Amino acid sequence: MVGLGGCLLLFIVLPFVALVLDGGPAAILRGLGCALTWPALRLSLGTTLVSVVLVVVGGTPLAWWLARSRWRSARWLEILLQLPVVIPPAVGGIALLLAFGRRGLFGGTLERLGWTPAFSVVAVIMAQVFVSAPFYLQAAVQAFGRLDPNLLAVARSLGASPPRLLFRVALPLARPWLIGGAAMSWARALGEFGATLMFAGNMTGKTQTLPLAIYTALELDIHTAQALSLLLVVFAFALLLSLRRFNRGVELTRQPATP
Amino acid sequence: MTDNCVPRLSIAVQTALGPFCLQASLEVGAEPVALVGPNGSGKTSLLLSILGLRQLQRGRIVLSDEVLFDAALAIDRPTEERHLAYLPQDFGLFPHLSAIDNVAFALACRSERVNPRQRRDQAMTWLDRFGIGNLAERNPSRLSGGERQRVALARALASSPKALLLDEPTASLDVEARVEVRAFLAESIRSLGLPTILVTHDAMDVEALASRVAVLEKGQVVACALLRDICSAPPTSFASRMFCSSRVSGSVGIAGPFCNEDVRHN
Repeated sequence: MVGLGGCLLLFIVLPFVALVLDGGPAAILRGLGCALTWPALRLSLGTTLVSVVLVVVGGTPLAWWLARSRWRSARWLEILLQLPVVIPPAVGGIALLLAFGRRGLFGGTLERLGWTPAFSVVAVIMAQVFVSAPFYLQAAVQAFGRLDPNLLAVARSLGASPPRLLFRVALPLARPWLIGGAAMSWARALGEFGATLMFAGNMTGKTQTLPLAIYTALELDIHTAQALSLLLVVFAFALLLSLRRFNRGVELTRQPATP
Repeated sequence: MTDNCVPRLSIAVQTALGPFCLQASLEVGAEPVALVGPNGSGKTSLLLSILGLRQLQRGRIVLSDEVLFDAALAIDRPTEERHLAYLPQDFGLFPHLSAIDNVAFALACRSERVNPRQRRDQAMTWLDRFGIGNLAERNPSRLSGGERQRVALARALASSPKALLLDEPTASLDVEARVEVRAFLAESIRSLGLPTILVTHDAMDVEALASRVAVLEKGQVVACALLRDICSAPPTSFASRMFCSSRVSGSVGIAGPFCNEDVRHN
């Protein structure tokens, strides 16, 4: 039993060790100096930031509605909204292309409105929102579903309007889980590759995010790809750490003090 | 309007409730009514129905001259417009707000226009009235059971309710706090004169807080009478066990600790 667990542990840890140690610091630094690096990093941070804001702004009311709806179809909708998690991202990219691409189902209409999103920064953001929204939605639906129904009942009996109920009671109480969900969603957007490649392309400085830059760099020099990968790992790790710290802080303030 | 000087809550509702049918008629005036019955008899469901949080199939709920629910006329006022104060068993204080902000929340719900500072002053007045002004900045987790009950009641009254619904107001308290809270509640309910429904498992709550008792059995109100009458002729075996009819004489001394123990174990 211990042996099996140890094997899995090593299997997960060793690639990270290699990622940090292989080639030595000089090779990694040289990799970071590659022309692909900084445009990709800037694009990745900028687009994922916009994506996560869009996901939270749209996802919060949707999750609130899904969590409270007595409508049977809401459960089906919930499952449907999880679909982007289980399909291969490339399939998501094709679907986006077929929907919003120049010759897609709605592409013509969009073009007449003077807007062709495919193969632009907007497409990068659309692909990220498509694949990452389910992570936030699921966390938010669960968080809202776990709220003490008595508190919501009391708030309503006191006369709280639906927006007040959401903003003054539900959101503050669900906040730690919402932030957790937003962080997972951000991480997924940051790592997004397949759908972006299909729908936005891989144009340096325009639609080439960090994961796409890694793919391109691999054809030039593995240490450049390694350096870019390390950048992503650092961001992801920082995210995990700050999340842990934040959630621990919340638990501490929530613990009832002994009178 | 003229014949409604005394606020009145009239309930006649019917709806499917698990294995049986919730079918209840209840008239509550200024005299508080205790709703008693075994677990699963539909007490809390009835409270939630009155609040508008459970769907009802048939019936009518009227508060003074205002129709809250009428299945035939398709009237179903949302909970937030019913002006019913609801105090759940654990008091339902918002854990993320201090005592004063809990009360200010209720004030904000009823009058959006008031500026926050004025609202805080009003909230403070409510807390002072209940003798807990010194606890204003405390979070609910740092209040005792009795203090929480006071904050909850202050908050409920700050929303200017037209009726009170209490779900087991002393059940989550220890014995000493229970005595204190009971006395405090009794005085508050009496001075408010609002229609009050009180769900309870505790015979001492009934004696201290209510004048009439409605006995619920499998979703049906099988009796609604003065406590004295319920005691002398208990309509169900549950009622007879709860009020220990052999120990009752008139309306006093119905429940000793022994009697309460008896009730708890059911």
